[in-house]
Amino acid sequence: MKEEIRQTTTIAVASGKGGTGKTTVAVNLALTFSRAGKKTLLLDCDVEAPNAHIFLGTEGMESSRVTVRVPVVDESKCDGCGACGKACRFSAIVSLGGKALTFPSLCHACGGCVIACPNKAISEGEREIGAAFRGMFHGVDFAYGKLRIGEAMSPPLIRVVKKFKSDAELAIVDSPPGTSCPVVQSVRGSDYVALVTEPTPFGLHDLKLAVEMIREIGIPFGCIVNRAEAGDRLAHDFCLENDIPVIGAIPDDRRAAEAYSRGIPLIDALPDFKLLFEELGGKLIETAEACARKEVRR
Amino acid sequence: MKIAITSKGNTVDSPVDPRFGRAAGFMVCDIDTGECAYKDNAQNLSASQGAGIQSAKNVADSGVSAIVTGHCGPKAFSALKAAGIKIYTGAEGTVAENIEKFKAGSVKEIDNADVEGHWS
Amino acid sequence: MKELTIVSGKGGAGKTSVAASFAALARDKAIADCDVDAADLHLVMEPAIKHREPFSGGSKAEINLEKCSSCGLCRTLCRFDAIDEDYKIDDFACEGCGVCTDNCPEKAALLIPRHAGELFVSNTRNGPMVHARLIPGEENSGKLVSLVRSRAREIAENEKLGLVLIDGSPGIGCPVIASVTGVSLLLIVTEPTLSGLHDLDRIASLAAHFGIPSAVCVNKFDINIEMTNSIEEYCAGKKLPVVGRIPYDTLVTKAQIAGVSVVEYSGGAAALEVSRVWKKTNYMLETC
Repeated sequence: MKEEIRQTTTIAVASGKGGTGKTTVAVNLALTFSRAGKKTLLLDCDVEAPNAHIFLGTEGMESSRVTVRVPVVDESKCDGCGACGKACRFSAIVSLGGKALTFPSLCHACGGCVIACPNKAISEGEREIGAAFRGMFHGVDFAYGKLRIGEAMSPPLIRVVKKFKSDAELAIVDSPPGTSCPVVQSVRGSDYVALVTEPTPFGLHDLKLAVEMIREIGIPFGCIVNRAEAGDRLAHDFCLENDIPVIGAIPDDRRAAEAYSRGIPLIDALPDFKLLFEELGGKLIETAEACARKEVRR
Repeated sequence: MKIAITSKGNTVDSPVDPRFGRAAGFMVCDIDTGECAYKDNAQNLSASQGAGIQSAKNVADSGVSAIVTGHCGPKAFSALKAAGIKIYTGAEGTVAENIEKFKAGSVKEIDNADVEGHWS
Repeated sequence: MKELTIVSGKGGAGKTSVAASFAALARDKAIADCDVDAADLHLVMEPAIKHREPFSGGSKAEINLEKCSSCGLCRTLCRFDAIDEDYKIDDFACEGCGVCTDNCPEKAALLIPRHAGELFVSNTRNGPMVHARLIPGEENSGKLVSLVRSRAREIAENEKLGLVLIDGSPGIGCPVIASVTGVSLLLIVTEPTLSGLHDLDRIASLAAHFGIPSAVCVNKFDINIEMTNSIEEYCAGKKLPVVGRIPYDTLVTKAQIAGVSVVEYSGGAAALEVSRVWKKTNYMLETC
């Protein structure tokens, strides 16, 4: 029997600057879609500072340890030849004083040292870098990752969170802030990126960087202007000049800040925001699905 | 006995480089004969990570039994220790001054890293 | 010489605004913008760049298709799915580990260092500043942070400045670790929201993990006073000194638009409190 493969449309929510409202947009969109009867998956990939669970909950979530492979040296077989150290570009293994010494926190788990060792003295063990969680909340299939304190490398954990299997029609990815490798890891493979910005000089500057990054990766994108004040054209003008579609604007509203501070989704706290997100979500889904179809045809 | 001193230049009159992993170079000195040679460390100066480990490997390969420097981070410390090299920190002034201090036994040996690494 | 890093687990809590104000208030300091993948401090500092240098990040593999015999070994060995059927390297997936280059029987794969950004040393009205620009999408921001920090430290040493003031980045991962390890004091800027408290706990745990003395200030405290109280209770429990409550003030954004820090722009409520926060932080710096 052939299993039906359902196409999931993936929308990543990103922003150059932190605190522009990515999580607010991601959580409220996911809830809006799910209430409209769509099977929705929400992946919080901001594993350094995950926040979506504050709005959805954590009760009864299944948790799993996330590990990466690290070299383990069998000292009885190691003759200190140094081949492993030459193969490792990250200084995670080095031969000193006649034996191989490992520095697991620097390891990228490429397996190069295992291949390089002529004495087959290196096998691989596990090192915990964090945990991943999954559960159902208000009809949203929700997963997030949490990086262990003191751990430097988040991309392997982000990869695990993104691999959660689902038969959802829609997947929303809440990406970390910035423009470097963790962000690239989060947004890659998405059909569409919604860049959330705020109409301040910092917000605009970081939006430019984010646009540069998304263009480099080559994913279609649009912009959502958060904390928009009536008459403030700063972000809109920039988008207009650079041919970036503005998907929508979320007004600057003290009540919204208040609801956010208490961990209550905007669409539950404020009826006018419920309407706003329904409209925003409708527009976004239409664009993203069109992009996904184009991608399939290609 | 050979020792290495982290150095900002290639003579014994050069000032000590207080950093170990990202030291500009090392003066490798035989304290019995007084012979000194410069060993460049430029490659590790700009390493993206593991500079301390590679610097340790660099000095270990030149057969020294002790290193005199300003500070030593945790990874460099374990690497030097594995290579059986003694670590002396708190060095200031010129390389030559520190050779004398080493001979006189007035440098401080450490049995733990004395600073946090710049990379965890 | 002391090093002070301003961080916030959560982005957008106001750390750069606080850093810009401290840059105006502190005497004899070098400034380092270590939020290299969303550097904003220069927008309010008017830096006159006097020195720039390229920054190379990690390396990426490249396969010479003329030499390649399509044996497939590299594709089997690569753990990052970075080599496609046509033996093209996916730059975003490649970690630069060199497994393909070391094991290719035809020696067709090479590791090429990547130009990943640029570092600047500038003069500003508030003293020397080191900043950088990471090419969007590039990796190794931790290395660039270390570089920015060490340049700023060198300047402070050479010019006999007593302080390096560091604007950190959000999160708790590699660039953050690179900007906080070994500093004299960490000032954590947070906001009175559940997310703010959650992320404060993450960054405070990181500081404890590395044994770095820390202080906290609550920005926009009046958005939710109850939550501000909860944050202060949390801090009391963790023995983290709270050095201030900065009120929400529209002048902060207006200062940003004018391209200056809030303490240089006005004498409003936020500016006043930020000056007080600086005095307390400076006192802690002197005694730590």
